[in-house]
Amino acid sequence: MATIILLAPLVGALICGFGWRIIGERAGQVIATGLVFLAAFLSWIIFLGFDGETYKVVLLRWIESGSLATEWAIRIDRLTAIMLVVVNSVSALVHLYSFGYMAHDDNWTDREHYRARFFAYLSFFTFAMLTLVTSDNLVQMFFGWEGVGVASYLLIGFYYKKPSANAAAIKAFVVNRVGDFGFALGIFALFYLTDSIRFDDVFAAAPTLETTNITFLWAEWNAANLIGVLLFIGAMGKSAQLFLHTWLPDAMEGPTPVSALIHAATMVTAGVFLVCRMSPVFEFAPDAKTMIVVVGATTAFFAATVGLVQNDIKRVIAYSTCSQLGYMFVAAGVGVYSVAMFHLFTHAFFKAMLFLGAGSVIHATHHEQDMRNYGGLRKKIPYTFAAMMIGTLAITGVGIPLTHYGFAGFLSKDAVIESAYVGSHYAFWLLVVAAGMTSFYSWRLMFMTFYGQNRAGTVGHGHGHGHDTGHGHDDHHHEPHESPVVMLIPLGVLALGAMFSGMIWYNVFFGEEAKVRNWFGLEAAAHGEAAPHDEAKAEGDAGHSAAPAEGAAATTEAAPAEGHAAPAADHAAATDPAAAEEAVDEDHHAFEPPKGAIYIGPDNHVLHEAHLVPKWVKVSPFVAMVLGFALAWLFYIKNPSLPGRLAANQRPLYLFLLNKWYFDELYDWIFVRPAKWLGRFLWKQGDGAVIDGSINGVALGIIPFFTRLAGRAQSGYMFHYAFAMVLGIVVLITWMTLTSGN
Amino acid sequence: MDNLLSIITFIPAVAAGILALFLRGEDAAAQRNAKWLALLATTATFLVSLFVLVGFDPANTDFQFVEEFDWILGLKYKMGVDGISVLFVMLTTFLMPITIAACWEVETRVKEYMIAFLMLETLMLGVFCALDLVLFYLFFEAGLIPMFLIIGIWGGKERIYAAFKFFLYTFLGSVLMLVAMIMMYWDAGTTDIPSLLAHTFGSESFSILGVHVVGGLQTMLWLAFFASFAVKMPMWPVHTWLPDAHVQAPTAGSVVLAAILLKMGGYGFLRFSLPMFPIASDLLAPLVFWMSAIAIVYTSLVALAQSDMKKLIAYSSVAHMGYVTMGIFTANQQGIDGAIFQMLSHGFISGALFLCVGVIYDRMHTREIDAYGGLVNRMPAYAMIFMFFTMANVGLPGTSGFIGEFLVLMGIFQVNTWVAVVATTGVILSAAYALWLYRRVVMGELLKEALKSITDMTKREKAIFAPLVAMTLLLGIYPALVTDIIGPSVSALITDYHAAIPASAEAQLAQH
Repeated sequence: MATIILLAPLVGALICGFGWRIIGERAGQVIATGLVFLAAFLSWIIFLGFDGETYKVVLLRWIESGSLATEWAIRIDRLTAIMLVVVNSVSALVHLYSFGYMAHDDNWTDREHYRARFFAYLSFFTFAMLTLVTSDNLVQMFFGWEGVGVASYLLIGFYYKKPSANAAAIKAFVVNRVGDFGFALGIFALFYLTDSIRFDDVFAAAPTLETTNITFLWAEWNAANLIGVLLFIGAMGKSAQLFLHTWLPDAMEGPTPVSALIHAATMVTAGVFLVCRMSPVFEFAPDAKTMIVVVGATTAFFAATVGLVQNDIKRVIAYSTCSQLGYMFVAAGVGVYSVAMFHLFTHAFFKAMLFLGAGSVIHATHHEQDMRNYGGLRKKIPYTFAAMMIGTLAITGVGIPLTHYGFAGFLSKDAVIESAYVGSHYAFWLLVVAAGMTSFYSWRLMFMTFYGQNRAGTVGHGHGHGHDTGHGHDDHHHEPHESPVVMLIPLGVLALGAMFSGMIWYNVFFGEEAKVRNWFGLEAAAHGEAAPHDEAKAEGDAGHSAAPAEGAAATTEAAPAEGHAAPAADHAAATDPAAAEEAVDEDHHAFEPPKGAIYIGPDNHVLHEAHLVPKWVKVSPFVAMVLGFALAWLFYIKNPSLPGRLAANQRPLYLFLLNKWYFDELYDWIFVRPAKWLGRFLWKQGDGAVIDGSINGVALGIIPFFTRLAGRAQSGYMFHYAFAMVLGIVVLITWMTLTSGN
Repeated sequence: MDNLLSIITFIPAVAAGILALFLRGEDAAAQRNAKWLALLATTATFLVSLFVLVGFDPANTDFQFVEEFDWILGLKYKMGVDGISVLFVMLTTFLMPITIAACWEVETRVKEYMIAFLMLETLMLGVFCALDLVLFYLFFEAGLIPMFLIIGIWGGKERIYAAFKFFLYTFLGSVLMLVAMIMMYWDAGTTDIPSLLAHTFGSESFSILGVHVVGGLQTMLWLAFFASFAVKMPMWPVHTWLPDAHVQAPTAGSVVLAAILLKMGGYGFLRFSLPMFPIASDLLAPLVFWMSAIAIVYTSLVALAQSDMKKLIAYSSVAHMGYVTMGIFTANQQGIDGAIFQMLSHGFISGALFLCVGVIYDRMHTREIDAYGGLVNRMPAYAMIFMFFTMANVGLPGTSGFIGEFLVLMGIFQVNTWVAVVATTGVILSAAYALWLYRRVVMGELLKEALKSITDMTKREKAIFAPLVAMTLLLGIYPALVTDIIGPSVSALITDYHAAIPASAEAQLAQH
């Protein structure tokens, strides 16, 4: 079944991409979509029926060299099951949505067949993403990692006639490669130290990494921390974290369904998935975890500030995505991987829906993306409005404080913030402020788009930051119209997810610790008995009977907490390799991979303590949300002239935010221009003047001589020289054999 | 079939002889006959070479299909292949029919052109099969001549300059190698390569002309061979002949040059430098590492600045060869496996990229990047194939380009992390220059008047690319096809190498 899930989208991509000339474009689209729906259906079966026991399917041998052995394999555990559902569901809905969205496109003439190509790319992306999440080793994961990068490149550059789209595509690929550079080095380091890149072997060896040092560049490093940091650099690239985030906003050049699928729900979360997948290593890398928390929290804050002032509807959501990814990293960084996955899970629903909703708005307004040209659309496109409203309620985190009733974002985001409070106060405060800003820009988007007067055509295209199309102005005067049903159905399904996914799965991601552990297939915690049960019981009583895994959880909840503290003590004592080996001899557990999809270190009680935070901490994100809403209401409903005046008063700050903290300009000056200049310099001066001119000057001095000798360069002469060469070689060899014979 | 290797080596030569002696005239019929005969001969060579592949026993690390008999002047003729060389033989026989098919449109001096390629194939196969020093040298040097002619006669405007630059660079390096070979014969008393592999060359330090030579004779010999192979690869800073040669060479010439001729350098390192002079290799490996690392970054940056498509791809080739030299001298399984894999893979990918340039050069007669733009609008099939090989060139996992690079970097990381980090930046830079090229040539609106009537690839052109696409994908997805064959031989090579290095030197290495 897992094999079918993995290969169905690939088959769809191939049939649709190459076969449409035979079976027709429409049929190709239908087949591709159908196969992804099949994969999605099977994914839900696996997800709901999964018992927590990891299993593997080996498909084919792959890279083998000496002690390195990799296979094409599928690994199914809880993390994979979650990702399968997320990837395939969103992908299936986006495929369906694209039937409507891509039906007509002014970038193409009638004779150009772009639809089959689009669907083939989408399906190919889905396949690459699935290999990433089902991988059993780091190299296959790297395959998926770069595969989604290529799919992203192709889809961002889908409108290949537009220079801006082409530039954005290259930027996305190259910036991602910077991250891949770190990821690759991380893999090399892991192989160097553990002699394997299979997850099981690496995880089993992870405890020894903590006590190993490795010489890397100029210094000695702790192996676990070094590997953690290198892998995280990879995650930063893919998940658009600070310093490597610049590609994500530009990626909005791609068609909107692409933004929903790749740049919101799936690919950009791959970095978070990587950190969670490698949790057995990260648990031994405290410094790397600190770095994750700091980068994540700073990104969440930074992206939110930029999102406040953007006018392009897709860019607002893009920065919002960037910011939300920061939340996930904070959760992973403080050590509650389940919460990171929780936010990833809910975010996929509501963010995909916000993007698809935005797409519906763009579709309705004939490819207008500047929010200053919207206004009052609530009546014109009511279904889209309703969906966007649900999405906004979800992302801003609306719910009933101190209970577990609320939209998806309420539960997952609060879980992140409570965990952050335990792990890092720096992150906590940044996240709370970011939550306020999230609320502000989300409501700003809603108010500017759906409320007030219709302002179609008020702002020329010159002010925008890039648009889906190169449309004429006359289009603005068309009446906005509601999108077709194929676009509304995905919105409806995702709306259900945005409303209920948080409540349904709250318990298994962030509920009672034993339940979380069980759901992720972990052994029961050694410190379980220390956990006060009254708090946990209160959580459980919140009543989520719909949680599918709960029944299973209840049966094995009482699994005995075996003395797993013992190996931990051994590791702590093992400060040199010899001692580590002794420890291994005493306790064979050390060379078995930890059970389950994630790993929670014996000293990691963040998940437990996150439930015990003060009440004001639990309420703070709600307060921030309300403040953000109030401010947005004041700015865009009550007193619409206020934003303009504020921007004029605080012009430097406004420009700073509008220009995204000038990262693009900075990188252009630091990296892009010097690289081009250096290339030209090395070519003209290095190759030209120095190498051809001096080092090999002696040799080259002869060339013009010969060239002259060749006279008018008649081809006939060449044979003479060739003959001379043959003669020369024969003479040399004869001389050599004769002299050496003596 | 005791002399299978000789048969495949000399089928093309025989065909060349037939062409030279019996084919008369310059008319269209004669041209067609010449092409068909060449295609037939190269295809036959490939088919016969499949017997070598099938009959080859990977588990046996000795030379196989060995044939040996006396030749003129007391020289010996000895041929044979092991796990390291057999796939280079296959690469050559596989690519030659494609090369011949790629010059189907040539109309000047067709007969001579075909003779040049056929002779070239014989000589290249000879290099990979020769098991006698003199024989090897003969093939190695003689191979220069047809290539020299191909560039000098059928090349572009600056062909004479490029041809002489190519010839002088490679020839001057080879003269040193010849001297080294004579010294080897004096020292070991034989020119038989298997015997030389078993021979231990002196490594006691000595002084000549006041210069203290650490590693003694081995270092001297190593350096002499290095001079020849480094130019051939080519390594930085003796790479500047390559861009000139590529730019001036006709398409088919570029394909052979990039895909096969460059590999002789890498093969030479593996056959001579590493196993015969292990102590010197160990001593001088850091030099190779840094030259390779610089090559990767330097040539990638230079590639960014190019305005000529072929030059850009030529510089990209130099960068990719940097991974090869680096991998070979890591002297560990991943590094050497990766280096060999990279050479094979580069044969398909760079060959295909030069063919891609050839496709549009045939139509527009310019290699200037600025002359193109928006080709995808009229040439979708071309755009797709070019995209595929662009991605393969940047080392996308799933294509063969990834495996080689990845293994080499994995190998070098175990030896020297500084070099590993510098070399890994190549993956960023390669993406930048390759996609930048692709964008300027293929993407965008089709605005240039001259391009408005350009036509997509013909069936013949598609047929040329098909086997290259297939191999690139096949090796990327199932690399065991290659690693199963080279693995045992490489493993034996490494074992011998480490056995030859004194323990003290090993310990020193470990500290670095």
